[in-house]
Amino acid sequence: MAAQTGPAQADTVQTRAGPEAKQFGADAGPETVITVSGLAKRYGDIEAVRGIDFTVARGETFGFLGPNGAGKSTTIKILCTLANATAGTAIVAGHNAATERDAVRRNIGLVFQDTTLDTYLTAEQNLRFHAELYGVPKAAVMPRMRQVMDMVGLWDRKDSLVSTYSGGMQRRLEIARGLLHAPHVLFLDEPTVGLDPQTRSSIWAYINDLKSREDITIFLTTHYMDEAEHCDRIAIIDHGKIVAIDTPEALKASVGKDRVQIHTADDQRAIAELGTTFGIEAAVHDGAVTFSVAAGEQFVPRLFTEFSIPIRSVSVSRPSLDDVFMSYTGTTIRDAEGGAGNEFMRNIHKLRSGRR
Amino acid sequence: MATQTRMPVAAGEAAAVVDRIRVSVPDRGIRHDVRAVGIVWRRELIRFRTDRLRAITSLVQPFLFLFILGTGLSTLAGGGLPHTGSFDFKTFIYPGVLAMSVLFTAIFSAGSIVWDREFGFLREILVAPVSRAAIVIGKCLGGTTIATFQGVIFLCLAWFAHVPYNPALLLSLIGLLLLLSFTLTAFGVMMAARIKQFQAFMALTQMLVLPLFFLSGALYPLTGLPAWLTVLTRLDPLTYIVGPMRHLVFSYLHVPPQVAGLISTHLAPSITWAGWVVPIWLSLGIVAAMGLVMTAVAIAEFSKTE
Repeated sequence: MAAQTGPAQADTVQTRAGPEAKQFGADAGPETVITVSGLAKRYGDIEAVRGIDFTVARGETFGFLGPNGAGKSTTIKILCTLANATAGTAIVAGHNAATERDAVRRNIGLVFQDTTLDTYLTAEQNLRFHAELYGVPKAAVMPRMRQVMDMVGLWDRKDSLVSTYSGGMQRRLEIARGLLHAPHVLFLDEPTVGLDPQTRSSIWAYINDLKSREDITIFLTTHYMDEAEHCDRIAIIDHGKIVAIDTPEALKASVGKDRVQIHTADDQRAIAELGTTFGIEAAVHDGAVTFSVAAGEQFVPRLFTEFSIPIRSVSVSRPSLDDVFMSYTGTTIRDAEGGAGNEFMRNIHKLRSGRR
Repeated sequence: MATQTRMPVAAGEAAAVVDRIRVSVPDRGIRHDVRAVGIVWRRELIRFRTDRLRAITSLVQPFLFLFILGTGLSTLAGGGLPHTGSFDFKTFIYPGVLAMSVLFTAIFSAGSIVWDREFGFLREILVAPVSRAAIVIGKCLGGTTIATFQGVIFLCLAWFAHVPYNPALLLSLIGLLLLLSFTLTAFGVMMAARIKQFQAFMALTQMLVLPLFFLSGALYPLTGLPAWLTVLTRLDPLTYIVGPMRHLVFSYLHVPPQVAGLISTHLAPSITWAGWVVPIWLSLGIVAAMGLVMTAVAIAEFSKTE
C-alpha cells in the first residue's frame, strides 16, 4: 500500500490493482469494457432492439442518443442484467451480462431514470445500505463514502433525510452511490431528465469532474442533443437500430460544412467577390452575409488575407448534433418523439408521462 | 453551498487514494450474504425508530380491545366469567390481544416491500450482487424484531389484566411472540412479492387479518362451538399460537384449585383435531413450519422476478 500514495492523477492506473483487476484484465483486455454483438430484444410483436453491435473502450464516455422509445433504455437494461436479450450477447467488464449476472453487477454502478433512494433515510444511511449490500470492505466504507460524497458536494448534508433534498441533489447522491463500490462502468440512464437547465449543467460538471478523479467508463443515454457533446463517442439509435456511431466531432463533420456569417461594409460586393474569388455561393440571412464552407475555422484566415472588402465581424458555427440526428434519421429528435404512426413510441411515451 | 466542500479535502486526499485502491468488491460468499441480511434488518429498525407515529397507532387497536371491549364484556358476564365466578374477562382475552399487538406491525412491515417497489427503492435492492434469500431473510427478521418489540410494550400492561410479572412467564411469552411475528412477517413478505400496489396490499391484508384474529379464539374459548366454526378455527394458523399463549398465561395465575379445573375444561381447553389433543410442541411446530414455508415461497418469488 505504501507505494501507492502518489498524486491522485497517477493513481488511476493502480486503482484496479487487486486480484479482481487482473482477472478483469485477462478476460476482456484492458481496452474494451463493453462488447455488444447482434443484440436484439423483442417484447411480443414489438422489436425494441433490432440487432446492434458496438464496443466501448475503457475510460470512454459513451452516449446512447435517440428519441424516447428508440431502444436506449432496453439496451441499458440488458447491459445491466435487468433484462434478457432475445438474441446476441453483451460482455460487460469482462463478464457475460446474461450468464454471469452477479459478476457484472459487482462491476457496474447504476443510476436509473427514476429515483431509487430511500427518502426516509439520511443520505449516509442510503450509502451505507449500498456499501453493505455490495460487500464493500468494512474498513473502506467510511473513507470511500466521504470520497464519493465530496465528489458530488454533499458531504456536509450527509445527515439530512433524503426527502429534504432537491431533485438535483438526489440525482447527485444517486451518482455518488453508484460509484461507492468502485465500479468499472457507470451506467447513467437519462441522468438529467426532469431537471431544470441549471441543475442539468451542474450535474454535468460533477460527471466531468468524476472522470478526472476515477478510472471509470461511463455509458449514458440521453435524448438531449446538447448533452451528447459531453461524450467521447456517440451512438445514434433510432427504431432499435444504430444508425451512426462516432465522436461528436466526426459525426458533425460527416454532416458537412460549417456556417460562416460575416458583416461587411458592402454586402452586395462581398457576395459577388466570394463568388469570384472562392467560388462560394453566399446570400444575406438575418442581416449578414451567410455561406457554408468545409472546415470554417481554416477558411476564415484565408478570407481575411484574400478579401478586398473590410470585414466588421465574423462568426463560424459548426453543425449541431441536431443537424447530425436530422441527417441520419431524416427527422429532428423532437419530431421523432412527437411523431405519429409509431404505436410503440407513443405507448412508451404515455407510460412515462403516466409514471411521473 | 455544497460545492465548497469539495475543496478542503486536501488532507483526506492522500488517504482517499489509498482507500480507492482497497475498494474491491469481493466475490459473493456467506459473509457477504450475512452482511446483506444485517443491513436489510437494520434498515427496518431505522425506519421503525424514525416512524414513532406508526409505533403508537399500531398499539391503539390492542388497547381498545383490552380495555374497552374487555371491560365492557366483563360487565356482561356479571363481574366474572360464567363457570368461574370472579374470573376477569380482561385476563381471558389478554393472550389473544397480545397476539394482535404484533399482528398489524408484522404484516405492515412486510408491506413496505410493496411501498419500496412503488417508490423505486426495491430496484436498488434487487440489482445488488446478493442472493434473494439474504434480502428476504433480512426483511423477515426485521419485521420479526419490530413486531416483537411492539408485543413487549404491550406485555408491560400485563398488570392491568391481572397477569403476574413472572420472569419465566414473560420470557416464554416473548419467545412465542418472536415465533408468531416471524410467521406473520413471512406471510406478509410472501404476499408482497406478488402484489404490486400498496393500496391493494393494505386492502387485502386488512381483509385477511380480522378473520384470522376472530377465528383464532382470541376473544372466546374454543369449546362448545358449532361444528362449522370449530372447523374454521382449526384452519386458522393463529389458533395454534393463541392456544399455547393462553395456556401459558393461565398456568401462572394464582387461582383456587376448583377454578383452575374449570379453566382447563372451559376457558383454555387444548386444541383438538376430531377429539385428538394436539400437543403444544406440534402446535408451535405448525406455526414455525408455516413461517419457513412462506419464507421459502417468498424467496422463490423474488428470484423469479430477477
